[in-house]
Amino acid sequence: MKELLANPVLVKEIKLRFRSVKSFTGLFFYLLIMGVFVFGFINLTSSLSGAGFFSPDESFLLFTMLSYIQLGLILFITPGLTAGTISSEREKQTLNILLTTAQSSFQIIFGKLLSSISFLLLLLVSGLPIYSMVFLYGGVSPGQIAVIFLFYLLTLLAIGSLGVMYSTLTRRTIVSMISTYGTMIFLTAVTGFFLVLSISISAVSMGMGLSPFSYFWASINPAVVLLTLLEPGFSGEIVRMTGISVPLWVTYTIFYLLVFAGSMWLSVSKLRVNMNKYK
Amino acid sequence: MIEIKGLTKKYGSFYALKGLDLTIEDGTVFGFVGANGAGKSTTFSILATLLQPTAGEAWINGISISQNPQEVRRQIGYMPDFFGVYDQLKTEEYLDFYGASYGLDAKQREALIPKLLELVNLSHKRQDYVDLLSRGMKQRLCLARALIHDPNILILDEPASGLDPRARVEMREILKELKAMGKTILISSHILPELAEMCDSIGVIDSGELIAHGSVQSIQEKLQSEKVIHVKLAGPLADAVTFFENDPRVTQVDSITERQTVQFLYKGTDEEQLALLREAMASGLRILAFSEEETDLEDVFMEITKGAGA
Repeated sequence: MKELLANPVLVKEIKLRFRSVKSFTGLFFYLLIMGVFVFGFINLTSSLSGAGFFSPDESFLLFTMLSYIQLGLILFITPGLTAGTISSEREKQTLNILLTTAQSSFQIIFGKLLSSISFLLLLLVSGLPIYSMVFLYGGVSPGQIAVIFLFYLLTLLAIGSLGVMYSTLTRRTIVSMISTYGTMIFLTAVTGFFLVLSISISAVSMGMGLSPFSYFWASINPAVVLLTLLEPGFSGEIVRMTGISVPLWVTYTIFYLLVFAGSMWLSVSKLRVNMNKYK
Repeated sequence: MIEIKGLTKKYGSFYALKGLDLTIEDGTVFGFVGANGAGKSTTFSILATLLQPTAGEAWINGISISQNPQEVRRQIGYMPDFFGVYDQLKTEEYLDFYGASYGLDAKQREALIPKLLELVNLSHKRQDYVDLLSRGMKQRLCLARALIHDPNILILDEPASGLDPRARVEMREILKELKAMGKTILISSHILPELAEMCDSIGVIDSGELIAHGSVQSIQEKLQSEKVIHVKLAGPLADAVTFFENDPRVTQVDSITERQTVQFLYKGTDEEQLALLREAMASGLRILAFSEEETDLEDVFMEITKGAGA
Protein backbone atom coordinates (compact mmCIF):
# COMPACT_ATOMS: atom_id res chain seq x y z
CA MET A 1 0.00 0.00 0.00
CA LYS A 2 2.85 2.34 0.95
CA GLU A 3 4.44 1.60 -2.40
CA LEU A 4 1.19 2.43 -4.19
CA LEU A 5 0.83 5.76 -2.41
CA ALA A 6 4.52 6.65 -2.90
CA ASN A 7 3.75 6.57 -6.61
CA PRO A 8 5.76 9.40 -8.31
CA VAL A 9 2.98 10.18 -10.81
CA LEU A 10 0.43 10.42 -8.01
CA VAL A 11 2.63 12.71 -5.89
CA LYS A 12 3.47 14.97 -8.84
CA GLU A 13 -0.12 15.21 -10.10
CA ILE A 14 -1.50 16.02 -6.65
CA LYS A 15 1.19 18.65 -6.21
CA LEU A 16 0.30 20.25 -9.55
CA ARG A 17 -3.44 20.06 -8.96
CA PHE A 18 -3.29 21.74 -5.58
CA ARG A 19 -0.85 24.34 -6.79
CA SER A 20 -3.48 25.67 -9.13
CA VAL A 21 -5.86 28.38 -7.91
CA LYS A 22 -8.63 26.72 -9.95
CA SER A 23 -8.79 23.78 -7.53
CA PHE A 24 -9.27 26.01 -4.52
CA THR A 25 -11.86 28.25 -6.15
CA GLY A 26 -13.69 25.11 -7.35
CA LEU A 27 -13.72 23.75 -3.81
CA PHE A 28 -14.85 27.11 -2.39
CA PHE A 29 -17.80 27.45 -4.77
CA TYR A 30 -18.81 23.83 -4.29
CA LEU A 31 -18.98 24.25 -0.52
CA LEU A 32 -20.69 27.62 -0.87
CA ILE A 33 -23.44 26.22 -3.10
CA MET A 34 -23.86 23.15 -0.87
CA GLY A 35 -24.06 25.38 2.21
CA VAL A 36 -26.58 27.78 0.66
CA PHE A 37 -28.68 24.84 -0.52
CA VAL A 38 -28.75 23.01 2.84
CA PHE A 39 -29.32 26.07 5.02
CA GLY A 40 -31.78 27.51 2.51
CA PHE A 41 -33.74 24.26 2.44
CA ILE A 42 -33.90 23.99 6.23
CA ASN A 43 -34.82 27.63 6.60
CA LEU A 44 -37.48 27.57 3.89
CA THR A 45 -39.05 24.30 5.02
CA SER A 46 -39.25 25.33 8.67
CA SER A 47 -40.62 28.80 7.91
CA LEU A 48 -43.08 27.63 5.22
CA SER A 49 -44.49 24.84 7.36
CA GLY A 50 -45.03 27.46 10.05
CA ALA A 51 -44.08 24.87 12.66
CA GLY A 52 -40.71 26.42 13.27
CA PHE A 53 -39.00 23.02 13.29
CA PHE A 54 -37.50 20.60 10.79
CA SER A 55 -38.97 17.09 10.91
CA PRO A 56 -37.02 13.82 10.36
CA ASP A 57 -39.06 13.21 7.18
CA GLU A 58 -37.98 16.54 5.75
CA SER A 59 -34.44 15.78 6.88
CA PHE A 60 -34.55 12.53 4.92
CA LEU A 61 -35.84 14.39 1.85
CA LEU A 62 -32.92 16.80 2.15
CA PHE A 63 -30.52 13.87 2.51
CA THR A 64 -31.96 12.26 -0.64
CA MET A 65 -31.62 15.46 -2.62
CA LEU A 66 -28.04 15.97 -1.45
CA SER A 67 -27.18 12.38 -2.33
CA TYR A 68 -28.47 12.83 -5.87
CA ILE A 69 -26.66 16.15 -6.25
CA GLN A 70 -23.41 14.48 -5.26
CA LEU A 71 -24.04 11.56 -7.59
CA GLY A 72 -24.62 14.07 -10.41
CA LEU A 73 -21.38 15.77 -9.44
CA ILE A 74 -19.48 12.48 -9.64
CA LEU A 75 -21.03 11.49 -12.95
CA PHE A 76 -20.35 14.83 -14.62
CA ILE A 77 -16.97 15.78 -13.14
CA THR A 78 -15.19 12.40 -13.21
CA PRO A 79 -15.02 12.13 -17.03
CA GLY A 80 -13.67 15.69 -17.20
CA LEU A 81 -10.96 14.88 -14.67
CA THR A 82 -9.87 11.54 -16.06
CA ALA A 83 -10.45 11.59 -19.83
CA GLY A 84 -7.34 13.67 -20.51
CA THR A 85 -4.88 11.97 -18.18
CA ILE A 86 -2.82 10.08 -20.78
CA SER A 87 -3.90 11.77 -24.02
CA SER A 88 -2.99 15.23 -22.70
CA GLU A 89 0.51 13.93 -21.88
CA ARG A 90 0.66 12.70 -25.47
CA GLU A 91 -0.50 16.08 -26.77
CA LYS A 92 1.99 17.96 -24.59
CA GLN A 93 4.78 15.61 -25.73
CA THR A 94 5.59 14.53 -22.20
CA LEU A 95 4.36 10.95 -22.56
CA ASN A 96 7.39 9.51 -24.36
CA ILE A 97 9.72 10.62 -21.60
CA LEU A 98 7.37 9.23 -18.95
CA LEU A 99 7.21 5.90 -20.77
CA THR A 100 10.99 5.55 -20.88
CA THR A 101 11.27 5.80 -17.09
CA ALA A 102 11.48 2.68 -14.95
CA GLN A 103 7.90 3.07 -13.70
CA SER A 104 5.63 0.17 -14.54
CA SER A 105 2.58 0.78 -16.72
CA PHE A 106 0.37 -0.08 -13.73
CA GLN A 107 2.11 2.52 -11.57
CA ILE A 108 1.57 5.22 -14.21
CA ILE A 109 -2.10 4.34 -14.84
CA PHE A 110 -2.91 3.89 -11.16
CA GLY A 111 -1.16 7.16 -10.26
CA LYS A 112 -3.08 9.01 -12.97
CA LEU A 113 -6.43 7.57 -11.91
CA LEU A 114 -5.93 8.09 -8.21
CA SER A 115 -4.66 11.65 -8.59
CA SER A 116 -7.61 12.58 -10.80
CA ILE A 117 -10.25 11.16 -8.52
CA SER A 118 -8.53 12.39 -5.37
CA PHE A 119 -9.77 15.90 -6.12
CA LEU A 120 -13.34 14.65 -6.37
CA LEU A 121 -12.86 12.67 -3.17
CA LEU A 122 -11.69 15.88 -1.53
CA LEU A 123 -14.88 17.61 -2.71
CA LEU A 124 -17.01 14.82 -1.27
CA VAL A 125 -15.12 14.64 2.03
CA SER A 126 -15.00 18.41 2.48
CA GLY A 127 -18.78 18.48 1.95
CA LEU A 128 -19.29 15.91 4.75
CA PRO A 129 -19.80 18.49 7.55
CA ILE A 130 -22.59 20.11 5.50
CA TYR A 131 -23.92 16.71 4.52
CA SER A 132 -24.02 15.60 8.14
CA MET A 133 -26.18 18.59 9.08
CA VAL A 134 -29.06 16.21 8.45
CA PHE A 135 -28.00 14.18 11.51
CA LEU A 136 -29.08 17.07 13.71
CA TYR A 137 -32.67 16.50 12.64
CA GLY A 138 -32.74 12.70 12.60
CA GLY A 139 -34.14 10.39 9.93
CA VAL A 140 -30.73 9.30 8.57
CA SER A 141 -28.23 6.88 10.12
CA PRO A 142 -24.42 7.28 9.90
CA GLY A 143 -24.35 3.73 8.47
CA GLN A 144 -26.46 4.88 5.55
CA ILE A 145 -24.00 7.71 4.81
CA ALA A 146 -21.12 5.21 4.94
CA VAL A 147 -22.88 2.89 2.48
CA ILE A 148 -23.63 5.77 0.13
CA PHE A 149 -19.99 6.90 0.25
CA LEU A 150 -18.84 3.41 -0.65
CA PHE A 151 -21.32 3.50 -3.52
CA TYR A 152 -19.86 6.85 -4.63
CA LEU A 153 -16.34 5.48 -4.41
CA LEU A 154 -17.16 2.48 -6.59
CA THR A 155 -18.94 4.68 -9.16
CA LEU A 156 -16.02 7.11 -9.15
CA LEU A 157 -13.47 4.35 -9.68
CA ALA A 158 -15.47 2.77 -12.50
CA ILE A 159 -16.21 6.00 -14.41
CA GLY A 160 -12.68 7.27 -13.68
CA SER A 161 -11.06 4.09 -14.99
CA LEU A 162 -13.21 4.33 -18.13
CA GLY A 163 -11.89 7.89 -18.63
CA VAL A 164 -8.29 6.74 -18.21
CA MET A 165 -8.89 3.82 -20.57
CA TYR A 166 -10.30 6.02 -23.34
CA SER A 167 -7.47 8.46 -22.73
CA THR A 168 -4.93 5.67 -23.21
CA LEU A 169 -6.58 4.20 -26.28
CA THR A 170 -7.31 7.42 -28.16
CA ARG A 171 -4.71 9.89 -29.36
CA ARG A 172 -6.73 13.02 -28.70
CA THR A 173 -8.27 14.28 -25.48
CA ILE A 174 -11.41 15.55 -27.18
CA VAL A 175 -12.19 12.06 -28.56
CA SER A 176 -11.51 10.51 -25.18
CA MET A 177 -13.71 13.11 -23.48
CA ILE A 178 -16.63 12.45 -25.86
CA SER A 179 -16.26 8.68 -25.45
CA THR A 180 -16.20 8.88 -21.63
CA TYR A 181 -19.19 11.22 -21.42
CA GLY A 182 -20.96 9.01 -23.97
CA THR A 183 -20.40 5.91 -21.83
CA MET A 184 -21.49 7.79 -18.71
CA ILE A 185 -24.68 8.92 -20.46
CA PHE A 186 -25.28 5.34 -21.58
CA LEU A 187 -24.91 4.07 -18.01
CA THR A 188 -27.31 6.68 -16.63
CA ALA A 189 -29.78 7.97 -19.21
CA VAL A 190 -29.78 5.14 -21.79
CA THR A 191 -30.07 2.38 -19.16
CA GLY A 192 -32.84 4.45 -17.54
CA PHE A 193 -34.66 4.65 -20.86
CA PHE A 194 -34.27 0.90 -21.43
CA LEU A 195 -35.52 0.27 -17.92
CA VAL A 196 -38.69 2.28 -18.56
CA LEU A 197 -39.08 0.57 -21.93
CA SER A 198 -38.66 -2.94 -20.52
CA ILE A 199 -41.07 -2.15 -17.66
CA SER A 200 -43.68 -1.01 -20.22
CA ILE A 201 -43.17 -4.17 -22.30
CA SER A 202 -43.34 -6.33 -19.14
CA ALA A 203 -46.51 -4.58 -18.06
CA VAL A 204 -48.17 -5.53 -21.34
CA SER A 205 -46.91 -9.10 -21.52
CA MET A 206 -46.47 -10.15 -17.89
CA GLY A 207 -49.03 -8.17 -15.98
CA MET A 208 -47.56 -7.37 -12.54
CA GLY A 209 -44.19 -9.09 -13.14
CA LEU A 210 -40.97 -7.64 -14.56
CA SER A 211 -38.60 -9.26 -17.04
CA PRO A 212 -34.94 -10.03 -16.17
CA PHE A 213 -34.01 -7.23 -18.59
CA SER A 214 -35.71 -4.71 -16.34
CA TYR A 215 -33.67 -6.08 -13.45
CA PHE A 216 -30.44 -5.79 -15.44
CA TRP A 217 -31.07 -2.21 -16.59
CA ALA A 218 -32.08 -1.22 -13.06
CA SER A 219 -29.05 -2.89 -11.50
CA ILE A 220 -26.48 -0.98 -13.60
CA ASN A 221 -28.22 2.40 -13.36
CA PRO A 222 -26.54 4.49 -10.61
CA ALA A 223 -29.65 6.59 -9.96
CA VAL A 224 -31.86 3.53 -9.43
CA VAL A 225 -29.31 1.77 -7.24
CA LEU A 226 -28.90 4.92 -5.15
CA LEU A 227 -32.63 4.93 -4.65
CA THR A 228 -32.52 1.34 -3.40
CA LEU A 229 -29.79 2.34 -0.94
CA LEU A 230 -31.85 5.27 0.31
CA GLU A 231 -35.12 3.28 0.32
CA PRO A 232 -34.25 -0.42 0.87
CA GLY A 233 -37.93 -1.28 0.44
CA PHE A 234 -37.69 -0.33 -3.23
CA SER A 235 -35.00 -2.95 -3.77
CA GLY A 236 -37.24 -5.61 -2.17
CA GLU A 237 -40.05 -4.59 -4.50
CA ILE A 238 -37.85 -5.09 -7.59
CA VAL A 239 -36.66 -8.46 -6.28
CA ARG A 240 -40.27 -9.50 -5.70
CA MET A 241 -41.42 -8.35 -9.15
CA THR A 242 -38.54 -9.83 -11.15
CA GLY A 243 -38.15 -12.99 -9.13
CA ILE A 244 -34.36 -12.44 -9.04
CA SER A 245 -33.37 -12.64 -5.40
CA VAL A 246 -29.98 -10.91 -5.74
CA PRO A 247 -30.23 -7.34 -4.38
CA LEU A 248 -29.57 -4.63 -6.97
CA TRP A 249 -26.53 -3.29 -5.15
CA VAL A 250 -24.78 -6.68 -5.38
CA THR A 251 -25.19 -6.81 -9.17
CA TYR A 252 -24.19 -3.13 -9.37
CA THR A 253 -21.03 -3.80 -7.35
CA ILE A 254 -20.05 -6.80 -9.47
CA PHE A 255 -20.77 -4.95 -12.75
CA TYR A 256 -18.88 -1.79 -11.81
CA LEU A 257 -15.97 -3.76 -10.33
CA LEU A 258 -15.74 -5.61 -13.66
CA VAL A 259 -15.86 -2.29 -15.54
CA PHE A 260 -13.09 -0.96 -13.28
CA ALA A 261 -10.92 -4.08 -13.60
CA GLY A 262 -11.45 -4.35 -17.37
CA SER A 263 -10.67 -0.69 -17.99
CA MET A 264 -7.55 -0.80 -15.80
CA TRP A 265 -6.34 -3.97 -17.52
CA LEU A 266 -6.83 -2.49 -20.99
CA SER A 267 -5.15 0.79 -20.00
CA VAL A 268 -2.15 -0.95 -18.46
CA SER A 269 -1.69 -3.34 -21.38
CA LYS A 270 -2.11 -0.67 -24.06
CA LEU A 271 -0.06 2.14 -22.47
CA ARG A 272 3.23 0.92 -23.87
CA VAL A 273 3.94 -0.93 -27.10
CA ASN A 274 4.49 -4.63 -26.75
CA MET A 275 8.12 -4.96 -27.82
CA ASN A 276 7.83 -8.73 -27.98
CA LYS A 277 4.68 -8.91 -30.09
CA TYR A 278 6.34 -9.26 -33.46
CA LYS A 279 8.23 -12.40 -32.42
CA MET B 1 27.42 -1.58 -25.49
CA ILE B 2 24.65 -1.29 -28.09
CA GLU B 3 24.16 -4.07 -30.61
CA ILE B 4 21.63 -3.83 -33.40
CA LYS B 5 20.92 -6.73 -35.77
CA GLY B 6 18.62 -6.60 -38.77
CA LEU B 7 16.41 -3.93 -37.22
CA THR B 8 13.49 -3.22 -39.51
CA LYS B 9 10.45 -0.98 -39.21
CA LYS B 10 7.78 -1.08 -41.86
CA TYR B 11 4.66 1.05 -42.20
CA GLY B 12 2.49 -0.65 -44.79
CA SER B 13 4.79 -1.03 -47.76
CA PHE B 14 7.09 1.81 -46.63
CA TYR B 15 10.35 0.88 -44.92
CA ALA B 16 11.35 3.42 -42.26
CA LEU B 17 14.26 1.17 -41.36
CA LYS B 18 15.73 -1.63 -43.48
CA GLY B 19 17.73 -4.31 -41.69
CA LEU B 20 19.99 -2.02 -39.68
CA ASP B 21 23.14 -3.66 -38.28
CA LEU B 22 25.30 -1.67 -35.91
CA THR B 23 27.55 -2.15 -32.90
CA ILE B 24 28.53 0.70 -30.61
CA GLU B 25 31.29 -0.06 -28.14
CA ASP B 26 31.30 1.06 -24.53
CA GLY B 27 32.55 4.58 -23.84
CA THR B 28 32.36 5.71 -27.44
CA VAL B 29 30.40 8.54 -28.96
CA PHE B 30 28.50 7.56 -32.06
CA GLY B 31 27.02 10.21 -34.32
CA PHE B 32 24.03 9.27 -36.42
CA VAL B 33 23.67 11.44 -39.48
CA GLY B 34 21.06 11.56 -42.18
CA ALA B 35 18.42 13.74 -43.74
CA ASN B 36 14.99 14.20 -42.15
CA GLY B 37 12.98 11.01 -42.44
CA ALA B 38 16.09 8.88 -43.04
CA GLY B 39 15.31 6.65 -40.04
CA LYS B 40 17.34 8.18 -37.19
CA SER B 41 14.44 8.89 -34.85
CA THR B 42 12.83 5.53 -35.70
CA THR B 43 16.01 3.75 -34.62
CA PHE B 44 16.20 5.80 -31.42
CA SER B 45 12.53 5.24 -30.59
CA ILE B 46 12.96 1.47 -30.97
CA LEU B 47 16.07 1.50 -28.76
CA ALA B 48 14.14 3.55 -26.17
CA THR B 49 11.39 0.85 -26.22
CA LEU B 50 8.83 3.33 -27.54
CA LEU B 51 8.34 1.73 -30.93
CA GLN B 52 7.89 -1.88 -31.83
CA PRO B 53 10.22 -3.07 -34.62
CA THR B 54 8.77 -5.11 -37.47
CA ALA B 55 11.80 -7.40 -37.45
CA GLY B 56 15.29 -7.62 -36.00
CA GLU B 57 16.62 -7.21 -32.51
CA ALA B 58 18.73 -4.88 -30.41
CA TRP B 59 20.59 -5.35 -27.16
CA ILE B 60 21.51 -2.66 -24.67
CA ASN B 61 24.39 -3.84 -22.46
CA GLY B 62 23.45 -7.36 -23.52
CA ILE B 63 19.78 -6.94 -22.57
CA SER B 64 17.27 -7.61 -25.32
CA ILE B 65 14.87 -4.74 -26.02
CA SER B 66 12.11 -7.17 -26.94
CA GLN B 67 12.60 -9.62 -24.09
CA ASN B 68 13.29 -7.23 -21.26
CA PRO B 69 12.25 -3.66 -22.15
CA GLN B 70 11.72 -2.74 -18.48
CA GLU B 71 15.41 -3.42 -17.70
CA VAL B 72 16.50 -1.65 -20.90
CA ARG B 73 14.79 1.53 -19.66
CA ARG B 74 17.01 1.48 -16.56
CA GLN B 75 20.12 1.19 -18.72
CA ILE B 76 19.47 4.17 -20.98
CA GLY B 77 19.00 7.90 -20.71
CA TYR B 78 16.77 8.99 -23.58
CA MET B 79 16.22 12.48 -24.90
CA PRO B 80 13.64 12.74 -27.70
CA ASP B 81 13.86 15.23 -30.55
CA PHE B 82 10.62 16.93 -29.47
CA PHE B 83 9.45 16.99 -25.90
CA GLY B 84 7.24 19.03 -23.62
CA VAL B 85 7.47 19.93 -19.96
CA TYR B 86 4.88 20.04 -17.21
CA ASP B 87 3.36 23.40 -16.34
CA GLN B 88 3.68 24.71 -12.81
CA LEU B 89 6.57 22.42 -11.92
CA LYS B 90 9.85 23.88 -10.72
CA THR B 91 13.19 22.83 -12.15
CA GLU B 92 14.27 20.83 -9.12
CA GLU B 93 10.80 19.31 -8.75
CA TYR B 94 11.00 18.23 -12.38
CA LEU B 95 14.22 16.33 -11.72
CA ASP B 96 12.87 15.06 -8.41
CA PHE B 97 9.84 13.57 -10.17
CA TYR B 98 11.97 11.71 -12.70
CA GLY B 99 14.41 10.63 -9.98
CA ALA B 100 11.48 9.09 -8.10
CA SER B 101 10.32 7.52 -11.36
CA TYR B 102 13.59 5.60 -11.47
CA GLY B 103 13.18 4.47 -7.88
CA LEU B 104 15.74 6.79 -6.29
CA ASP B 105 14.89 7.57 -2.67
CA ALA B 106 14.45 11.12 -1.37
CA LYS B 107 17.98 11.32 0.07
CA GLN B 108 19.62 10.17 -3.16
CA ARG B 109 17.57 12.67 -5.15
CA GLU B 110 18.38 15.50 -2.78
CA ALA B 111 22.10 14.80 -3.18
CA LEU B 112 21.98 14.28 -6.93
CA ILE B 113 19.83 17.16 -8.18
CA PRO B 114 22.24 20.04 -7.32
CA LYS B 115 25.09 18.16 -9.02
CA LEU B 116 23.08 17.58 -12.18
CA LEU B 117 21.91 21.18 -12.27
CA GLU B 118 25.51 22.29 -11.94
CA LEU B 119 26.57 19.96 -14.76
CA VAL B 120 24.04 21.53 -17.12
CA ASN B 121 24.61 25.07 -15.81
CA LEU B 122 21.14 25.49 -14.38
CA SER B 123 21.90 25.84 -10.66
CA HIS B 124 20.62 29.41 -10.73
CA LYS B 125 17.27 28.25 -12.18
CA ARG B 126 16.58 25.70 -9.45
CA GLN B 127 13.43 27.41 -8.20
CA ASP B 128 12.15 28.57 -11.59
CA TYR B 129 9.14 27.06 -13.30
CA VAL B 130 10.21 24.70 -16.07
CA ASP B 131 7.74 25.98 -18.65
CA LEU B 132 9.22 29.47 -18.33
CA LEU B 133 12.79 28.37 -19.17
CA SER B 134 14.29 29.18 -22.56
CA ARG B 135 14.52 26.47 -25.21
CA GLY B 136 18.22 25.93 -24.61
CA MET B 137 17.67 25.64 -20.87
CA LYS B 138 14.85 23.15 -21.38
CA GLN B 139 17.14 21.06 -23.60
CA ARG B 140 19.84 21.08 -20.93
CA LEU B 141 17.32 20.25 -18.24
CA CYS B 142 16.07 17.35 -20.34
CA LEU B 143 19.64 16.13 -20.62
CA ALA B 144 20.01 16.35 -16.83
CA ARG B 145 16.79 14.37 -16.54
CA ALA B 146 18.18 11.68 -18.84
CA LEU B 147 21.18 11.41 -16.48
CA ILE B 148 19.23 11.21 -13.21
CA HIS B 149 19.53 7.42 -12.83
CA ASP B 150 23.18 7.47 -13.92
CA PRO B 151 22.76 5.40 -17.10
CA ASN B 152 25.95 4.45 -18.94
CA ILE B 153 24.19 4.78 -22.30
CA LEU B 154 22.70 8.03 -23.56
CA ILE B 155 20.42 8.15 -26.58
CA LEU B 156 20.13 11.78 -27.65
CA ASP B 157 17.89 12.59 -30.59
CA GLU B 158 18.89 15.96 -32.04
CA PRO B 159 19.80 17.52 -28.67
CA ALA B 160 20.92 20.77 -30.28
CA SER B 161 18.09 21.30 -32.72
CA GLY B 162 16.51 24.73 -32.61
CA LEU B 163 19.20 26.18 -30.38
CA ASP B 164 21.00 29.46 -30.98
CA PRO B 165 24.81 29.31 -31.52
CA ARG B 166 25.60 30.05 -27.86
CA ALA B 167 23.22 27.36 -26.62
CA ARG B 168 24.73 24.93 -29.11
CA VAL B 169 28.20 25.59 -27.81
CA GLU B 170 26.98 25.08 -24.23
CA MET B 171 25.33 21.80 -25.19
CA ARG B 172 28.51 20.66 -26.94
CA GLU B 173 30.60 21.43 -23.86
CA ILE B 174 28.26 19.38 -21.67
CA LEU B 175 28.42 16.47 -24.09
CA LYS B 176 32.22 16.62 -24.04
CA GLU B 177 32.08 16.43 -20.28
CA LEU B 178 29.79 13.40 -20.47
CA LYS B 179 32.16 11.76 -22.90
CA ALA B 180 34.99 12.35 -20.45
CA MET B 181 32.85 10.67 -17.79
CA GLY B 182 32.93 7.52 -19.94
CA LYS B 183 29.32 7.51 -21.08
CA THR B 184 28.40 5.72 -24.30
CA ILE B 185 26.58 8.32 -26.35
CA LEU B 186 24.41 7.74 -29.38
CA ILE B 187 23.62 11.12 -30.86
CA SER B 188 21.84 12.34 -33.94
CA SER B 189 22.09 15.86 -35.11
CA HIS B 190 22.04 18.18 -38.04
CA ILE B 191 24.94 19.94 -36.47
CA LEU B 192 27.01 16.79 -36.48
CA PRO B 193 29.90 18.64 -38.16
CA GLU B 194 30.17 20.72 -35.02
CA LEU B 195 30.29 17.52 -32.99
CA ALA B 196 32.79 15.80 -35.30
CA GLU B 197 35.62 16.41 -32.86
CA MET B 198 33.85 14.51 -30.11
CA CYS B 199 32.39 11.67 -32.20
CA ASP B 200 34.56 8.55 -32.28
CA SER B 201 32.56 7.23 -35.18
CA ILE B 202 29.59 8.12 -37.28
CA GLY B 203 26.95 6.26 -39.20
CA VAL B 204 25.24 7.71 -42.23
CA ILE B 205 21.65 6.61 -42.70
CA ASP B 206 19.65 7.18 -45.83
CA SER B 207 16.14 5.87 -46.60
CA GLY B 208 16.31 3.53 -43.61
CA GLU B 209 19.67 2.01 -44.58
CA LEU B 210 23.09 2.53 -43.09
CA ILE B 211 25.14 3.60 -46.10
CA ALA B 212 28.40 4.31 -44.27
CA HIS B 213 29.80 3.56 -40.85
CA GLY B 214 33.20 4.20 -39.34
CA SER B 215 35.49 6.91 -38.00
CA VAL B 216 34.85 10.48 -39.09
CA GLN B 217 38.02 10.42 -41.22
CA SER B 218 37.33 7.09 -42.89
CA ILE B 219 33.79 8.16 -43.75
CA GLN B 220 35.16 11.33 -45.29
CA GLU B 221 37.63 9.34 -47.37
CA LYS B 222 35.10 6.72 -48.36
CA LEU B 223 32.37 9.10 -49.33
CA GLN B 224 34.37 11.82 -50.96
CA SER B 225 34.96 10.64 -54.48
CA GLU B 226 36.62 13.90 -55.57
CA LYS B 227 38.99 16.23 -53.78
CA VAL B 228 39.35 19.93 -54.48
CA ILE B 229 43.02 20.81 -55.10
CA HIS B 230 44.43 24.35 -55.06
CA VAL B 231 47.78 25.08 -56.73
CA LYS B 232 49.40 28.50 -56.21
CA LEU B 233 51.87 29.45 -58.89
CA ALA B 234 54.67 31.96 -59.33
CA GLY B 235 54.48 31.78 -63.13
CA PRO B 236 51.69 32.07 -65.76
CA LEU B 237 48.48 30.15 -65.01
CA ALA B 238 47.77 29.09 -68.60
CA ASP B 239 50.61 26.49 -68.65
CA ALA B 240 49.38 25.00 -65.40
CA VAL B 241 45.78 24.79 -66.68
CA THR B 242 47.00 22.94 -69.78
CA PHE B 243 49.18 20.59 -67.74
CA PHE B 244 46.44 19.60 -65.27
CA GLU B 245 43.78 19.28 -67.98
CA ASN B 246 45.87 16.52 -69.56
CA ASP B 247 45.60 14.30 -66.48
CA PRO B 248 42.66 11.86 -66.85
CA ARG B 249 41.88 12.04 -63.09
CA VAL B 250 41.43 15.81 -63.18
CA THR B 251 38.18 17.59 -63.99
CA GLN B 252 36.86 21.16 -63.86
CA VAL B 253 40.13 23.11 -63.98
CA ASP B 254 39.64 26.80 -63.13
CA SER B 255 42.18 29.58 -62.93
CA ILE B 256 41.71 32.27 -60.29
CA THR B 257 43.98 35.09 -61.48
CA GLU B 258 43.58 37.42 -58.52
CA ARG B 259 44.95 34.72 -56.25
CA GLN B 260 47.42 33.29 -58.80
CA THR B 261 45.82 29.93 -58.25
CA VAL B 262 44.58 27.03 -60.31
CA GLN B 263 41.80 24.95 -58.82
CA PHE B 264 40.57 21.52 -59.97
CA LEU B 265 38.70 18.41 -58.90
CA TYR B 266 40.88 15.33 -58.47
CA LYS B 267 39.76 11.72 -58.40
CA GLY B 268 42.71 9.62 -57.36
CA THR B 269 44.55 8.02 -54.46
CA ASP B 270 47.07 9.81 -52.25
CA GLU B 271 49.93 8.08 -54.12
CA GLU B 272 48.60 9.21 -57.48
CA GLN B 273 48.22 12.73 -56.14
CA LEU B 274 51.85 12.66 -55.03
CA ALA B 275 52.94 11.51 -58.48
CA LEU B 276 50.93 14.33 -60.08
CA LEU B 277 52.73 16.91 -57.95
CA ARG B 278 56.14 15.44 -58.86
CA GLU B 279 55.29 15.50 -62.57
CA ALA B 280 54.05 19.10 -62.34
CA MET B 281 57.32 20.17 -60.66
CA ALA B 282 59.33 18.23 -63.24
CA SER B 283 57.48 19.89 -66.11
CA GLY B 284 58.77 23.26 -64.89
CA LEU B 285 55.68 24.67 -63.29
CA ARG B 286 56.72 27.13 -60.57
CA ILE B 287 54.51 25.84 -57.78
CA LEU B 288 54.39 27.87 -54.57
CA ALA B 289 51.72 25.83 -52.84
CA PHE B 290 49.86 22.62 -53.55
CA SER B 291 46.97 21.97 -51.17
CA GLU B 292 43.86 19.92 -50.72
CA GLU B 293 40.78 21.85 -49.65
CA GLU B 294 39.68 20.98 -46.14
CA THR B 295 36.19 19.58 -46.32
CA ASP B 296 34.30 19.24 -43.10
CA LEU B 297 31.60 16.82 -42.14
CA GLU B 298 28.94 19.28 -43.24
CA ASP B 299 30.18 19.01 -46.83
CA VAL B 300 30.31 15.25 -46.59
CA PHE B 301 26.80 15.21 -45.16
CA MET B 302 25.52 17.43 -47.95
CA GLU B 303 27.33 15.34 -50.54
CA ILE B 304 25.94 11.99 -49.42
CA THR B 305 22.42 13.11 -48.66
CA LYS B 306 21.90 15.19 -51.77
CA GLY B 307 20.32 12.21 -53.52
CA ALA B 308 18.10 11.32 -50.57
CA GLY B 309 15.21 13.50 -51.55
CA ALA B 310 15.43 12.57 -55.23
